[in-house]
Amino acid sequence: MDKKYGVYICTGCGIGEALDIEALKGVAEEEGLPVQVHETFCSPAGVDVLKKDIKDKGINTLVLAACSRRVMFDVFRFDGCIVDRVNLREGVVWSHPRSQFPVLAEDEKDDGVHFDRVQMMAEDYLRMGMARVEKVSLPEPFKLDTLSRRILVIGGGLTGISAAIDAAKAGYEVTLVEKAGALGGHAATWRKQLPLGWPYAATTAPMLQDKIRELESHSGISVRLNTLVARIAGQPGEFTVTFKKPGEKTEFDVPFPLPDDMKVDANGKELDVETLRAAYLKFNEGRKDILTLDPNGEKFGAVILAAGWRPYKPTTDEFAHLGFGALPDVVTNAQFETMAKAGKITCPSDGRAAKSVVFIQSPGKGDDADFDYAGSVTSLVALKQATYVREDYPEDGKAFVFYQHMRTPGLQENFYKSIQQDTGIFLTKGEVVSVSPNGRGLVVTADNTLLGERVQVKADLVVLATGMVPATKDDPVVNLAYRQGPAFRDIGLFKGYCDSNFICFPYETQRTGIYAAGAVRRSMTVEECIEDASGAALKAIQCLESTNRGCAVHPRSGDLTYPDFFFQRCTQCKRCTEECPFGALDDDERGTPKPNPTRCRRCGTCMGACPERIIGFADYNIDSIGSMVKAVKVPSADDYEEPPMRILGLVCENDAYPTLDIAGLNRLSYSADVRLIPVRCLGSVNVIWIKDALSQGMDGVFLLGCKHGDDYQCHFVKGSELASIRMKKIGEALSSLALETERVAQFEVAIDEFDKVPSIINTFVESVEALGPNPFKGF
Amino acid sequence: MTENKGAPANGSILVVGGGISGLTTALEAAEVGYEVFLVEKNPYLGGRVAQLNQYFPKLCPPTCGLEINFRRLKDNPRIKVLTLAEVTKVSGKPGSYDVSIRINPRYVNEKCTACGDCAAACQTEIDSAFDFGMKKIKGAYLPFDMAFPARYVLAPEIIGTPDASRCKEACRYDAIDLDMPPKTMDLKVGAVVFATGWQPYDAKKIDNLGFGRVPNTITNMMMERLAAPNGPTQGRILRPSDQKPPASVAFVQCAGSRDENHLPYCSYICCMASLKQALYVRAQYPDTAITIFYIDIRSPGDRYEKFYQQVKGDGKVTFVKGKVAAVQEAPNGQVTVTAENAVTGEKTSQTVDLVVLATGMQPSAAVAKLPADLKYTEDGFIINDFQAGGIFAAGCANKPADVISSNQNATGMALKAIQTLATR
Repeated sequence: MDKKYGVYICTGCGIGEALDIEALKGVAEEEGLPVQVHETFCSPAGVDVLKKDIKDKGINTLVLAACSRRVMFDVFRFDGCIVDRVNLREGVVWSHPRSQFPVLAEDEKDDGVHFDRVQMMAEDYLRMGMARVEKVSLPEPFKLDTLSRRILVIGGGLTGISAAIDAAKAGYEVTLVEKAGALGGHAATWRKQLPLGWPYAATTAPMLQDKIRELESHSGISVRLNTLVARIAGQPGEFTVTFKKPGEKTEFDVPFPLPDDMKVDANGKELDVETLRAAYLKFNEGRKDILTLDPNGEKFGAVILAAGWRPYKPTTDEFAHLGFGALPDVVTNAQFETMAKAGKITCPSDGRAAKSVVFIQSPGKGDDADFDYAGSVTSLVALKQATYVREDYPEDGKAFVFYQHMRTPGLQENFYKSIQQDTGIFLTKGEVVSVSPNGRGLVVTADNTLLGERVQVKADLVVLATGMVPATKDDPVVNLAYRQGPAFRDIGLFKGYCDSNFICFPYETQRTGIYAAGAVRRSMTVEECIEDASGAALKAIQCLESTNRGCAVHPRSGDLTYPDFFFQRCTQCKRCTEECPFGALDDDERGTPKPNPTRCRRCGTCMGACPERIIGFADYNIDSIGSMVKAVKVPSADDYEEPPMRILGLVCENDAYPTLDIAGLNRLSYSADVRLIPVRCLGSVNVIWIKDALSQGMDGVFLLGCKHGDDYQCHFVKGSELASIRMKKIGEALSSLALETERVAQFEVAIDEFDKVPSIINTFVESVEALGPNPFKGF
Repeated sequence: MTENKGAPANGSILVVGGGISGLTTALEAAEVGYEVFLVEKNPYLGGRVAQLNQYFPKLCPPTCGLEINFRRLKDNPRIKVLTLAEVTKVSGKPGSYDVSIRINPRYVNEKCTACGDCAAACQTEIDSAFDFGMKKIKGAYLPFDMAFPARYVLAPEIIGTPDASRCKEACRYDAIDLDMPPKTMDLKVGAVVFATGWQPYDAKKIDNLGFGRVPNTITNMMMERLAAPNGPTQGRILRPSDQKPPASVAFVQCAGSRDENHLPYCSYICCMASLKQALYVRAQYPDTAITIFYIDIRSPGDRYEKFYQQVKGDGKVTFVKGKVAAVQEAPNGQVTVTAENAVTGEKTSQTVDLVVLATGMQPSAAVAKLPADLKYTEDGFIINDFQAGGIFAAGCANKPADVISSNQNATGMALKAIQTLATR
C-alpha cells in the first residue's frame, strides 16, 4: 500500500483550551505531513473533513489526535485506511488538568528553565502516532487452502451425543467416536435419571435411547465405536486425526514428553540437549514425530471433547472410619447405581434385601467438605438413589441421607422439596463419624445432627457419595501432536478438569479449536451436560467459521493479523514454541518453529519472546512499537537546567489501558513525564523496547498489566506472568550496563482500579527520580 | 480488526436483554456470522454484572470481561445494539418473526462526546438506581464509567425543567435533543432469545427481616455497590447511617429464597455471594467479625468448595446453621439478628453494626410478562420448548444461575437460535 498521510487534530472536549494547537500542528508539519484542525472531528462535519481527504486527496493513513480509541470507534473507522488514534483527551488533557499542570507564562517560554509538561506530552504522543503508522500495514487474512468443516466429537455419552446432534442440526457434518462398544457412557448404567427441567419434581426414565435414536437418524453424523484418538495433528480448519482401536499400538500414537525423572541422570543432574533428545526418541520409539502427518489421517475442522468421567475410586484405607473396603455392605454411589440398575437393592454380603440404606454425603473427619470431585450432582444423586429404596420396598424401605450441606441449587431445590415429602426418606445434617458392623447389619453413628447431638442408625447398606473424576485426570484423551504436549495445558490447576479459568468465557481453553463439554469440565447433572454440549458445539462452529474468514477467535475475535516470521534469522532458540500460551508453534528437529496460524490467538507472546526479533504482525511489530519509543523526545541538560524525567509505560490494552482512560474520565492525574504505549498483552513486550528506551536516555520503564498466578486475569493466560519472568532477567542485563535494576518494574492493575493507577505510576516516577537521571541521557 | 463480509447463512437473531447472558448470546452468534439485534431497556449494556464489584471465586472485576465483550461488539459490524429499547410485540413462527420495538428517548444523540459538560451544568440531583439510591447523581449522567455506549443520558425527571435547557446550552456538540420522541421500530427476525435476567427480590416484602425499617440493614446487591471503587463510598464499606466502618457484620442467607411465602426456589448465587462479600469486609477491616447465618452453604463443585473452605478458614468468620427469625433495630445504629441454631437448638441473638440480607433473584418476567407466546414456571422463569424452537430463554430468565453457568447456557442458546436459521 502506497501510504498517503494525513494528521488531524481535534480541539474538542477541552483539548483546544489545554494545548497549544499551533505548536502541535508544527510537530506534524516538521515531518512534512499535512495537518487539519477541527473543533469536533467526531461530528458529522468533522467526519466529512476526513472523508473528503480520503476521497479527494487519497489520504489512506490517518493520525487522529483526539480521544481514546475506546470511544468513537465506529465514527473513525474507514475501510482500507490505517487509522492511529492519538489519545489526547483521556490520556493528556483530562488526566493532566491545567489546574495542576499550569501553562507557561510568556516570560517562561524558551528560557531554558521552564517547560510545559502537558504540551510536551501531547507532542510526544503525536510523534509516536506518526512514527507508528509508518511501520504498520493493513492486514491480509490468513486463509487455509482447504478447510474442513467436519466436527469431531470425542465421547459417546449423553454429552457427546447431544453435542453431535446440536452441531448436525446447525448443518455441520459430525463424526462421533466412542472408546467402548456401545453408546451411552454412564447414562446407560442408570436406573433413573435426575429431572431434566421444570417442574424438577421427580426422577424420570432415562432418555438415553431417545437421544441415541435421534443421533442415528441424522445423516450428517457418523458414529464409530471401539475407537480412540491416537493423535490430533495440525490446526483448526485442518486437523489431521488418526484413530485406533483400544489397546492398539500405532506409529501415529502421539509422542509423549519425557517425564521429569527421565530428564536427569542418576545424580539428579539435568541431561544435556543431545542426551535429552536421544532419551526422548527412545521413550517414544515406534512413534512418528508430531510433524509427520498421517497420510491416512482424516480431516476435521474442530473438536469437541466430551470424554466424561469415571467414578472416584477410594483407596483402601481412605474412608476406613466409614468401613469402606472392610465392610462389603459399604459401597460407593456408583456401585449402588449399578446394583439398582440390575434389580432390587440387596446387600452384597449375603444378598438379603437392603431395606435400610444410609447415604453419606461428606467424609467427615471433623470437616464439612464434600467428597473429592463431588458437586451439587452428588447431593442430587443421593436424593435420586434414596427413591430407589422406596421404589423397591414401598412398605418398609427406609433411606437416610446424612449431609453437611444439601447442595441442590437453583430450581433443583424443587427435587429436594419433593423428596422431603416422602415419609420413608430421612434427611439430616450430620457428620458421620463411624460405620461399624452390627450383627448381620451395620450401624452408622453421626454427630451434630438436626435430631440431637449424636444419633445411631441401623443400616443394611451404606452408600458413600464419591465424586466424578474427569477422564482428563488420567489421560490426555485428545492426544495432540503439539510440541507443548498431548494434553490440555495447566490441567493440574483444575484437578484434572479441562475447564476454563475465565468466569466470563467458560469455553475458552488454551487449545484453539478444541472445546470441552460436560463432566470433563466440572461435575455436572444431565441437564447441565446437555446444555453444555450446545455451548461447546457453538464454539466449535464459530471457530470453523472464523478460520474460514481468516480471523482470530476469542479474545481478539475478528483480528485479521497473524504473526509473520523472518526465518532466515531464526536461531532455533525455541522460546516462541515454548512460551506460546496456546501451543500454536511446533518446532522441527532443528528447533525451527512451524507456525500454525489458525491455532494462534494473536497475543504476540512469540514476538515478545523472540531474541532475534523476527516475529511481527502487520499492525503490531517490533519496529512499530520501537519507533514509537524512539519518537519520544528525551530532554537533557542541553535543553533545560533541570530536564524532566522521561519514563516509558508499556500498558496492557485490555485492562490497564481502559483503567487509565477511566482515571482520565474521573480527572485523576498522574505524572506528565510518562509516555504510555498500549500493547496487546504484556506477553508481547520484547525487551528490546526497554533497552531502546533506556539507551536513548529515558529514565525508567514500567509494565502495567493483569494479575497473574492461579487466579490470573490475563486474557492470554500467560502473558503477564511471562513478562514478569522476562523482567527479572532484564535486571541482570541492566546491572551489566551499570544501570539500577529499579529503573524497570512491572505492576499489576485490575481494570476497576482507576483510583489506584495514578499512585502506582507516581510512586514509580518518584522512585526513578530518587535514582537520578539515566547516565546515558544525552549520549 | 474488521472481518470479511459474508455470513454462512441467512436470517437474523433478536436478543432481548443486554446483560451478561444476552451479550454472550449476541456475540457468540454474531461471531459465527449471523446478524444480531441486541435490545436493552437500560441506557447501557452489562445488566446486573455491571453493578457487581467482583466475581466469585476469582475476585476479579466484572468490567474486565465486559470490556472485552464491548470490544468484540465494537469490532463486529453484524451486531446492532439498541439501548433504552423494549420489545413490545413478537409474533410469527420459527424462522419468521415480526418484532416491534419501542425506543425510549435518551435526549442525547450520537454527537455526544461524553465530555461531561451537561452534567456539570445540571443542578438537579436524582437517586442513582444503579447504586440502589445510595448515591445522588446529576440529572444528566453517564450510567457508569465504562458504560457502553459511552454516552450521557438525560433523566426523564429533568425534561421540561430549566435544567434541561441548562444541559442543552452547556453542550457544545449539539448532542442534546430535548424533543427526542419515543420511536418504534419493526424488525423481521428468524429467532428470538430472551435474556431478560433478574431483579433482586424486594427485601421490603420480607417483613421479619426489617429491610427499609431497620437502619443499617442492606441487601447483598447494595453491598456490591458499597464495595465497588466506582460506588457511593468509593469502595469503602461503611454503615449507611453514620458512614462508620462496621466492627461486626452479619449475613442473613436465604432472605426470601427457599421460602414458600417468597421465592420457593434456591437463588443459586447468594451463598457464594456472601462468602465473597465476607472477604470484601475482611480485606478492608482486619478486626471486623463476621457471622453468616445459613441453611445450607451451597458452594458446589471443586472450585466453589475450595472458596468456601478458604472463607471458613478465616478466624474472623463464623458460620451458624439456622434460619434468621428476626432483624431488629438496636441502640446506636446497631442491629440485632435472632436465629435458632439448627444444630444446638438454641435461640441465638447477635447485635452487629451491619446486616446484609442475601436476597435472591426473581426473574424479570415475574415482575412484567413478556410480549411473546412463552411458557413460564409459576415463579416466572421462562420454560424452554426446544421441540417448538424459534424462541428461547437464556441465563437467569430461564433459571437461577451463576455467571459461569449463565454464559454456558447463553452460548448454547446462540446455537439453538442458529439451528432455527440454518439452511445449509
